[in-house]
Amino acid sequence: MTPTVRRNRRPLQGAAVAAAALLALGACSSSGADSSAKPDSSGSGKLSGEVTVFAAASLKESFTTLGERFEKEHPGTKVTFSFGGSDSLAASITGGAPADVFASASPKTMKIVTDAEDASGPPVTFVRNKLEIATLPGNPHHVSSLEDLTAPDLKVVLCDKEVPCGAAAHKALDASGLKLTPVSYEQDVKAALTKVELKEADAAVVYKSDVHAAGDKVAGVEFPESADAVNDYPIALLKDARNAGAAKAFIALVRSAEGQKVLSGAGFLKP
Amino acid sequence: MTSPTAKSRETAGTLRGGPRRRRVRTGVPLPLLLPALIGLAFLIVPLIALLVRTPWHSLPEQLTSPDVWQALRLSLLCATAATAASLVIGVPLAWLLARVDFPGRGLVRALVTLPLVLPPVVGGVALLMALGRNGIVGQWLDSWFGITLPFTTAGVVIAEAFVAMPFLVISVEGTLRAADPRYEEAAATLGASRFTAFRRVTLPLIAPGIAAGAVLAWARALGEFGATITFAGNFPGRTQTMPLAVYLALQSDPEAAIALSLVLLAVSVAVLAGLRDRWMRAG
Repeated sequence: MTPTVRRNRRPLQGAAVAAAALLALGACSSSGADSSAKPDSSGSGKLSGEVTVFAAASLKESFTTLGERFEKEHPGTKVTFSFGGSDSLAASITGGAPADVFASASPKTMKIVTDAEDASGPPVTFVRNKLEIATLPGNPHHVSSLEDLTAPDLKVVLCDKEVPCGAAAHKALDASGLKLTPVSYEQDVKAALTKVELKEADAAVVYKSDVHAAGDKVAGVEFPESADAVNDYPIALLKDARNAGAAKAFIALVRSAEGQKVLSGAGFLKP
Repeated sequence: MTSPTAKSRETAGTLRGGPRRRRVRTGVPLPLLLPALIGLAFLIVPLIALLVRTPWHSLPEQLTSPDVWQALRLSLLCATAATAASLVIGVPLAWLLARVDFPGRGLVRALVTLPLVLPPVVGGVALLMALGRNGIVGQWLDSWFGITLPFTTAGVVIAEAFVAMPFLVISVEGTLRAADPRYEEAAATLGASRFTAFRRVTLPLIAPGIAAGAVLAWARALGEFGATITFAGNFPGRTQTMPLAVYLALQSDPEAAIALSLVLLAVSVAVLAGLRDRWMRAG
């Protein structure tokens, strides 16, 4: 029966269990939780060891590039990523997964981690992501606005309302007073994009950065209503970070001019 | 390979409490009992956990929501349609595998059972490549007949049948192999055509096996998730079956996910338990 107890609905209870898990983890690792409590470790010149970064799937391309830069700038360090849906990453962090940094695709998912008191200090927004319409290469259906997607013969996929990209798309549609009936509500942004890449759907409402990452497999169409549904991406150092010094340095790199250049090159907007 | 029939007849006799030739020593040795109980607990505890964590106070409200009924109705409808489709094409396929000796039969049998071990998502991708709007068959369906299967209820039925039919084929083929072909031969000598013999003699003979296979296929189709979400997508009332609803509810409302899981569990248990005693004894 013990494994079932861990699946908690109540945040308070969840936090308690997570805290217990963290204590257990801290006791196991040599550097422990006390090193993360020191605020001055970021300034130290010599960094080493592994940094584990949990990041939203949409950050995969840009963060991989930044990880390589970081390792080059700080020889002896190793950046390990776990990319995935922000919700599931947040769930594994509160469940006690060993991570140093969490970069989430929405403040809502970051809140899961901060509510469980797993973050060390308040999260900061490091990029923003705007929605864009992804359509077939060459835009054969001449999609030029969000309204064009309401055409009855057009197969459009949206993200499910439960996931951040779906919530954002919904917000944009509501703001413009449009009623759009998609053929499917996909489980995440990449699934929605894939349906267009495979030409099964004619268009999808996804993030600008995803359109960018898909290259010439899809065509991107910007629409003004996306301004009403801009997603903030927060990043935070985690409380049980085993390598807080290097983790802080990585966050600093992400927020630096150099990091912002990589991110805006991948289609993200400045915060 | 002649012993299994004899053995199963013997076990069947023992189970029915018929006359036994040898006294079987009763009592279970501990090295068997302990792992067996752990195995039982491993399978049952998660289900009990679901019951324990069910939000009973909000359950009536969760279950009376139209979304849940819509998903459940669609699940039942699609699983039944997938089973019916499997019966129509799966039973003849099983007959072919059991009764007709053709080159490469072993390979064909392996291919038929492949969806059993294939990750369902892979099945969904494969279906998309075959029957999608851009697929090797699907593009012709689209350009000739204007039929596109992804994102439709028919797509759900196809995805479920793809994953569930092997259960039926395996079950029916096994029953056919155990059934004595001499009855069919006798019918043939009395002037029945091969199809008449199949319809009038073989089919009634293997009916319990078909029923058992159909129940298994139905239950598997009801629980299908990966191939469905990959091939048919997710749209409430059209392609959102219960497993999809559970998965997406878990992202935001775990209580709703638990309640939905409970419904699916109850339906599955009711059907398996209800049908097992009646039809699965012979299997």
